[in-house]
Amino acid sequence: MAYALIAVGYSMVFGVLRLINFSHSAVYAFGAYMVYFFVSLNFGLLPAVIIAVVLSGLLALTIDKVALEPLRKKKSIPIATLITTIGMSFIIQNVLSIEYVFGSEKRSFPSMNLFGNISIGNITIQSSQIIMLFVAVILLLILTFLVQKTKIGLAMRATEQNTKAANLMGINVNFVISFTFFIGGACAAIAGALIGGYYQVISPTMGSTIGLKAFAAAVVGGIGILHGSVVGGLVVGVAECLAAQYLGSNVRDPMAFVILILILIIKPTGLFGKKGVTKV
Amino acid sequence: MKKNIGSIKKNGFLYVFEHFIDAYKPAFILLVAVIAIAFPFTPLASRSNQRIVTMILLYAMLGMGLNVLTGYTGLVSLGHAGFYGIGAYCCALLTTKLGWSFWPALLVGGCFTALVGFLLGLPTLRLSGTYLSIVTLGFCEIVQMILKQWESVTNGNYGIRNIPKPELFGFEFKLQNGGFYFIILVLVTLTALACMAIKKSKSGRAFLAIKDDELAATMMGIKTSRYKILSFVISAFITGVAGGFYSVINNGYIEPTNFVFNISVLIISVVVVGGLGTIRGMFFGAALLQLFPQVFRFLNEWRFVIYGVLLVVMMQFRPQGALGWQSTLPYKLSRRTRATLKEHGIEPTDAIVVEEKGAQA
Repeated sequence: MAYALIAVGYSMVFGVLRLINFSHSAVYAFGAYMVYFFVSLNFGLLPAVIIAVVLSGLLALTIDKVALEPLRKKKSIPIATLITTIGMSFIIQNVLSIEYVFGSEKRSFPSMNLFGNISIGNITIQSSQIIMLFVAVILLLILTFLVQKTKIGLAMRATEQNTKAANLMGINVNFVISFTFFIGGACAAIAGALIGGYYQVISPTMGSTIGLKAFAAAVVGGIGILHGSVVGGLVVGVAECLAAQYLGSNVRDPMAFVILILILIIKPTGLFGKKGVTKV
Repeated sequence: MKKNIGSIKKNGFLYVFEHFIDAYKPAFILLVAVIAIAFPFTPLASRSNQRIVTMILLYAMLGMGLNVLTGYTGLVSLGHAGFYGIGAYCCALLTTKLGWSFWPALLVGGCFTALVGFLLGLPTLRLSGTYLSIVTLGFCEIVQMILKQWESVTNGNYGIRNIPKPELFGFEFKLQNGGFYFIILVLVTLTALACMAIKKSKSGRAFLAIKDDELAATMMGIKTSRYKILSFVISAFITGVAGGFYSVINNGYIEPTNFVFNISVLIISVVVVGGLGTIRGMFFGAALLQLFPQVFRFLNEWRFVIYGVLLVVMMQFRPQGALGWQSTLPYKLSRRTRATLKEHGIEPTDAIVVEEKGAQA
């Protein structure tokens, strides 16, 4: 489920901009650090999470406004945008690891295991896992509602299909994209809080590996499609566990990418992807 | 935006500069060659400086490798660290386990990497744009896994130690005696010449055509899939050879973490910062990105923040790269083309300027 939560953020931004947002994993780490920071100021867990979510959303929004919007206006080449997001993730990660800010060493994170362990028969589940599952499902329901039923969701889908036409129809495309970034950043912060709470350690580079894997999950499910990234996250997660069980724990990490390449070769648009039409 | 030579400002700095260089080309080449060869014998060449310059040239070579793929053909690869690692391990294994000498190992390592490049190139027939980048990203991670897990061959996380130094007729190449520097100097020069030749060849023009408009290229009868794979193979070969060289300069020791995704990012940054599709840009980009952390050492933790800012600002104001200008020199027809044109009674002119556009990510 962890992957699904991060994958959603990648998926939303990719859906609108056709861009791999490499700064997403850094925003995720930022979110986790913000929760840590506000909890250490005795804000209580829930308010801390809410503040962190808003701040991370704003951070993602700032990235878009400061760095990506000017590039869009100039109709820059796509690789420039890619490098910009990489540069942004560099900035965020390294600011976090500066000694006066948080420092590069790992920090212990408040546990999300709020209700202790729950045992059903002879299976024991940590309640943090259940919370993660619940939050993920609720979040996805909200997001699906947002995209499918609200006006801004309609605008998002329109922008996704054809930016120019959407603009002509009176949609403020830049606002829509910024909004998407905000939502993506907020999702990343929620994921950061939940996953940080599960492992109980955070570090500035916590996003790099999991971010790449989550991105793979998003692509497996069909990037740009919300329920696709959930299924992709599950597929990757289950495959990792199975691989660790039957092939040895060393095979665990790269499993996401093995699946990714298989899927891309068999069905390049991912499990739920729609086929794009190239027009001349 | 196809410009005729007449529409270019003749008093512009770039025009004057390029034509000046062009007029005294042999002199400039001689000057650069003398500086390059004399460098290890100057007082500047302390151990650390030599190492930095060697790394700059190595990254220039890696940049040129990726440039064939990204700058010419327009396919963005995020997995060149994978090729780099394969080349390095291949060379290191051949020299340590089979006792080969460095030179054939370097070549075989390059060829093996090219073969892997061919295999990775196959999915490009089905994928385009961002999806291709994603596959290369996955490829990089899988190479990383193989290097870590295949312990009987690669020695896992511990890496390969005691890689012998290259030798030629009893002369041992070391960092101290400038040997490494001269090897990479020769390699980088050969690569640059090869890249120039590729760009001017039929294949090179096919690559550029694919980058500018794949559909149009297909319509013109270019077998796009064949040329895409070809560019993958060339790119992988160059990167593999660079990897083989890296295996000997890193104190005779390589490990999987030398070839992580961040290295891919660094290579692609070299290409983009220097100037996509250019060769001069690779040297500049490599120098900038390698020198930056060294020069700003006093900034400690802040330097990577500034590094990020540099990338972002660069993309804002000069997305074509620092040296990615559009050449104002006339496009030179080859002697053979001229002869053919004359045979058909056409007076050949040089006044065609080729446009250089960025890659489609």
